[in-house]
Order: sequence, then C-alpha cells, then structure tokens
Amino acid sequence: MTGQRWGDFIMKTSLYSNLQRNIIAVTLLVSLAPLILLGVTMYYQFSRTCRDKIEEQIRYRAGAQAEAVDLFLKERTAILGAMAASHSLSEMILGKNLSRVFEVMNQWAGAFVDLGVIDNAGQHLAYVGPYDLKGLNYYQQPWFAEVMSKGIYISDVYTGFRQLPHFIIAVRRQEGQNSWILRATIDPDIFGGIVRSAQIGKTGDAYLINRDGFFQTNPRFDGRILAESKLNTRLFGGRTTVIEQENRHGRKLLYAGSWLKNDKWLLVISQDPHEQMSGLFMARNVEIVIIISGILAIILATIFTTRLTVSRLRQSDSRMNELNAELIQSDKLAAIGKMAAGVAHEINNPLAVILQKTGWMEDLLYDENFQNAKSLEEYKESIKIIEEYVERARKVVHNMLGYARKMEPHLEDVDVNGTINQTIDMLENYARTNSIDIQTELDPDLPIIAGNEAQLQQVFMNLISNAIDAIGKNGLIKVKSGRTGSDIAVSIIDDGPGIPRDQQKKVFDPFFTTKEAGKGTGLGLWVIYEIIKSMGGSITIKSEVEKGTTFVVNIPIVVPEKK
Amino acid sequence: MDYFRVLIVDDEKPFVDTLVNRFNKRNIDTTGVLSGEEALELMKEKLFDVVILDIKMPGGMDGIETLREIKKVQPLSEIILLTGHGSVETSIEGMKLGAFDYVLKPVKLEDLLVKMAEAFEKKDAHDQKIRSAKIRELIRFPGRVLEQEKEEK
Repeated sequence: MTGQRWGDFIMKTSLYSNLQRNIIAVTLLVSLAPLILLGVTMYYQFSRTCRDKIEEQIRYRAGAQAEAVDLFLKERTAILGAMAASHSLSEMILGKNLSRVFEVMNQWAGAFVDLGVIDNAGQHLAYVGPYDLKGLNYYQQPWFAEVMSKGIYISDVYTGFRQLPHFIIAVRRQEGQNSWILRATIDPDIFGGIVRSAQIGKTGDAYLINRDGFFQTNPRFDGRILAESKLNTRLFGGRTTVIEQENRHGRKLLYAGSWLKNDKWLLVISQDPHEQMSGLFMARNVEIVIIISGILAIILATIFTTRLTVSRLRQSDSRMNELNAELIQSDKLAAIGKMAAGVAHEINNPLAVILQKTGWMEDLLYDENFQNAKSLEEYKESIKIIEEYVERARKVVHNMLGYARKMEPHLEDVDVNGTINQTIDMLENYARTNSIDIQTELDPDLPIIAGNEAQLQQVFMNLISNAIDAIGKNGLIKVKSGRTGSDIAVSIIDDGPGIPRDQQKKVFDPFFTTKEAGKGTGLGLWVIYEIIKSMGGSITIKSEVEKGTTFVVNIPIVVPEKK
Repeated sequence: MDYFRVLIVDDEKPFVDTLVNRFNKRNIDTTGVLSGEEALELMKEKLFDVVILDIKMPGGMDGIETLREIKKVQPLSEIILLTGHGSVETSIEGMKLGAFDYVLKPVKLEDLLVKMAEAFEKKDAHDQKIRSAKIRELIRFPGRVLEQEKEEK
C-alpha cells in the first residue's frame, strides 16, 4: 500500500468509527432518555401516591385515637361529676362513704388510682388511695384556683406530692354557699395503654404531649414521660395535622398530631414512612430491573445493528471504490489502445521502407565489385541485425494492432478444456526443456460455450508462457478449470518468484514488462485483458513474492445457439 | 519462373523505388507508380500480370477504389493488396472484389515473392484456359475468332 492509500485508509477508518460512534450515541440518547424519564416519572408518581395514602392513614388513625382518648377522659370526668353531684360534702366525708364511691367508680369506669375530697380552703378532708395524702392543703396549688373558677379541671402530668408522674381530674360541687372539690388521679399506666394502642409496626409510636412539648404518656422511642419531645406543637393546628420531621437518629418520620378537646394535649402518632412503603420499594426494584434490562437490550441492539450497518456501508464503499478503479483502468486502457493503433499504423510504413532498403543493400552486396570488399561480412552482419530489429519492431506493432484490430463478430462452439489442452500441448516442449511440469485439474463437466477459440487460445498461451518465463527453470504450473456461478473460471498458478504488490496493478498496462529488454513487448497481458473484457469476462491476479502468482480468468458462459 | 510483368502502387516513393529495383534485379519486369490515378493511366497502355496495391493511400483514390477501376481496365490481372494490420477488414472487402490475397506491411521480399508466384500461377492457369478455349473455338469457328482478334487490336 502506498503512503497515499494508507493515509486514505486511516482517514476512512476514523470516518467510519466516528460515524459508528455518532449513530450509537444518537440512537441511545433518543431511546434511553424517554425510558429513563418514564421510569423516574412513574416512580415519582407512584411514591407520591403511596405517601399520600400513608399520610391519609396516619391522619385518620391520629384523629380516631384522639377521639378515643377524649372519650376516655369524658367518661372519667362524667362519672366523677355524677358522684360529686349525687353526694353532699358531709355524706362524702362520712365514714366509709368515700371508699364506696371510689369502688363504684372503679367498678363502672376504672383507671382511678385514688379519690379525694377537698374543701374550699384547699384542705384535703377525705382520701381513698395508696398514698397518705389526707390533711394536705392544696390551696397554693395552681390547679386548685382553676377548678374553683371553672368547675372541671384536668391537669397536665406532674409528679406532685407522691413524686410519681400522674394527672388528676377534679370537679367542683356547689352546695349552697359552700363549694367543695372531688378529685381523682388517673392510673397513668392504663391511660398510657390506651394511647399506646395506636402504635403499630416496628417503628410506629403513639403518645400525648402538652402544649410545651412535654411527653404526657410514655413514648415507645426517644424519651419518657415528662421528658421534652422535639416536636414543636405550634406546627399542629386544626384537628389533625401531618408533618414530616427528622427524629433524633436523623430518620425522616411522619408525625400526625390531633389536639384533644381539652386543647391541652396533642395526640401524636409517628411512623417511619419507609416501613409502610415496602410495597413501593418492591415495585421500584422491579421497575429498575426492567428498565436496566431494557437499557442493556437497547445498548446491545444498537451497537450490534450499528456495527452491521457501518460494516455494510464500508463494504459497499470499498466495492464502489473498486468499481471506480476498474472504470478508470479500462478508460485508460481504451484511450491508450486508440493511440497505440494510430501510432502503430504510422510506424508500419517506415518499417516497410527500412526493410526494403536493407533488402536492397543486401541484394547489392552480391554484385561482383562488392564481393571482394574487405568488410563484406561486416556489411552482411549489420544488415542481418537491422532486419532482426525491424522484425522485433514489427512484432510490437503487430501485437498492438492485434488489440486495435476489430475482429468481425465471429462466434463458434468452444470447448474451454480442449483449448487449454491444445495450448499446453504447444508449450509442452518449451516447458520440458526448462524442467517445468505443467499439471491440469480440469472440470470435465464444463459446458461448451459460444466464443472465439483463437482468442481464448491466445489468452491461455500468453498466460502459460508468461508463467514459464517467470519460473525460469525447475518449477510447477497448475492449470485449473471449474464453474463459479455463471462463469467458467480458469486459474493458471505458478510457483515462480511472484510479483511485488506495487507492480501487480500495472501488469495489465501496455508496455509494462519485467522481462529484460528485447525479450518481452509488455503487450501480452494487455491484449489478454482486452480480449477477456470484450468477452464480458474478467481477469484477476493474486501474487505473493517468493511464493508464486495466480491468474484467474473468468469467462461468462454464453450458451451457443442451437443449429 | 516465367517472365511476368508487375506493377507496384504505393504512395511511399522510397518503398516503391526499392521494391522496383529489387524485383528488376531478380529479372522481374516491374514498374512503380505513386498513386491510383497513375496506375490506371499506365494500365490503359500496358498489360500487367500482377499488381501490388497499397490499400491505404492518403489523398486521391484509395486502394479499394483503385482496385475496382483496375478490374474494369484489366480484369485478368491478379492483385495483391498491401495492408497495415489495422485494415484487415478492408483487405477482406478487397478480396471480395476480386483481389488475389493480401500481405501485411512490412513484408519480407521472400514472402512477397511467394505470393506473387502464386498469383502468377493462377493467372497463368486462367490464361491457359482462355487460350485453350480460344483454340477450341478456333478449331470450330476459325473465322469468328480471327475477327474478334482483329477487333481487340
């Protein structure tokens, strides 16, 4: 390959790989972008729906649970109120009456820890319960003033005299001018249990907090009763509000808060949405798997089809280049042919004159007065050489005109194998004297074709004698024939020195010869090329230096007309 | 070889001159002319057994035209065409018009002589036939033949 061609080759190669890269990039972009977009959108929409559902659920649960807690408190307050209303102060503090009331209350409602009667001076007049609280004065306690003014009071959770977290419900009884208070403590475990019943799953929590954000019941995680929660109660308004906030461990949790009717306590249900969204994650994983396999399939298919397309393109390009090269070659040869014919014609006349003049001189040498000339032999020798060279020039011209001559269209039945055998017979002696063996592998089933036997013989003759000349001495020539599609292919294979790559293209050019001056005209292969072209066939050369040369002649099968 | 007369027609003067010299040296009565017109002029006056005629003569009459005219003037003379390789078709046409054969230029004298001898033999055989036909006729109708001979002269 010459430098120029090599450059072309590299340029084309990078052109093709660029093209391939571009096609792949565009195809992937166009096909993957919508796929990914679709996947993301679907995931986003799905997760939103899922989250909405979870939110809705947690909101509902918070609302329902708040109602349950409200009901609990209302019941306790009602029974306390009923007891206060149905007894006078004197009855309440008399003997075991308070114990009986306490029993009745626990029997009908439950969750009361103790019960006490307090007069309007804050003095604890009677007490039933596990603690010894009788005689304590509550006049200074802030709740005392509140219950005296409002009539009903539910406290925040506090530790109080007993040093245990608890809360109380107190009701005021107006008895004429006098008023007194019936006060009960609610069992924090039972109350907490009611609140906690809303906890679900592994991460769900449910608890109460007061307006300042302190736990009123024991939460499941992150704190205990009376500790400060991290929630800002001001974020919760209306009936039930859902917010998202990070917990102490940095996890984002959903918090649904619902204010109780007393407006003091907020019932909070918290939930890690991820726990509820396992269905979503499953769907997401399936989606990701589908999309990734889709992407892989698209990438593979794109690369495969693009490679295929580009290689087809490349093949047709190179085929086209070959055709162009062939076209240029045949144009070139045709032009040279015309010129050669004209030139040859003009050379014939001078040659004729030279030959006759030389002959005349030869004739004259036989005259008596020349017979004694000293250099007679020299003259004769010179004339002989001139004649020899005229003969050589004549051969060149004849070969050239052999191509230029337009033969009359003249088709006869040609047996290709027979023609090959005849040709080899003619050259056998020449080959044998040079110790060259000619072997044949002829397909016996070749059809008889319509063609010009003399021309075909000229083709084989030239090719085989070229092969003999190329080998020189000691070698092997193989002649094969066979059918390839609609052609008859004849190969002439020699084990001679071969033809270098850069010369292979030139072998069919006129006047190209590797033989020493005077041995070859350089027209043999050119004439063959033209003959075969005129038959509609083709001739190709394959050669490797040191290994030998193969000429393959393809002759189209033209079926003879039936006579 | 019997004595015979040859006319060479070619536009290349050195070629004609040399060929004339060489034939004459071999005791062949040869005349050379450089164009078809000259050839026809000469042939009206003189009989030739063989005419060597170049097919390609630029300017004036070309070979084939000259051949036609010669056949009118001297139908019995044999014509050998000289041709470049490229004009073989023309030579074939010439042979259809009655030329004896063609030779390719440049030609060796020996080859040309062989062709000429063949042509002369053919003409001679033809003349013999004519002569014996005449003799037969003379034997049958002596008067008519003699009258014809007179008219021809």
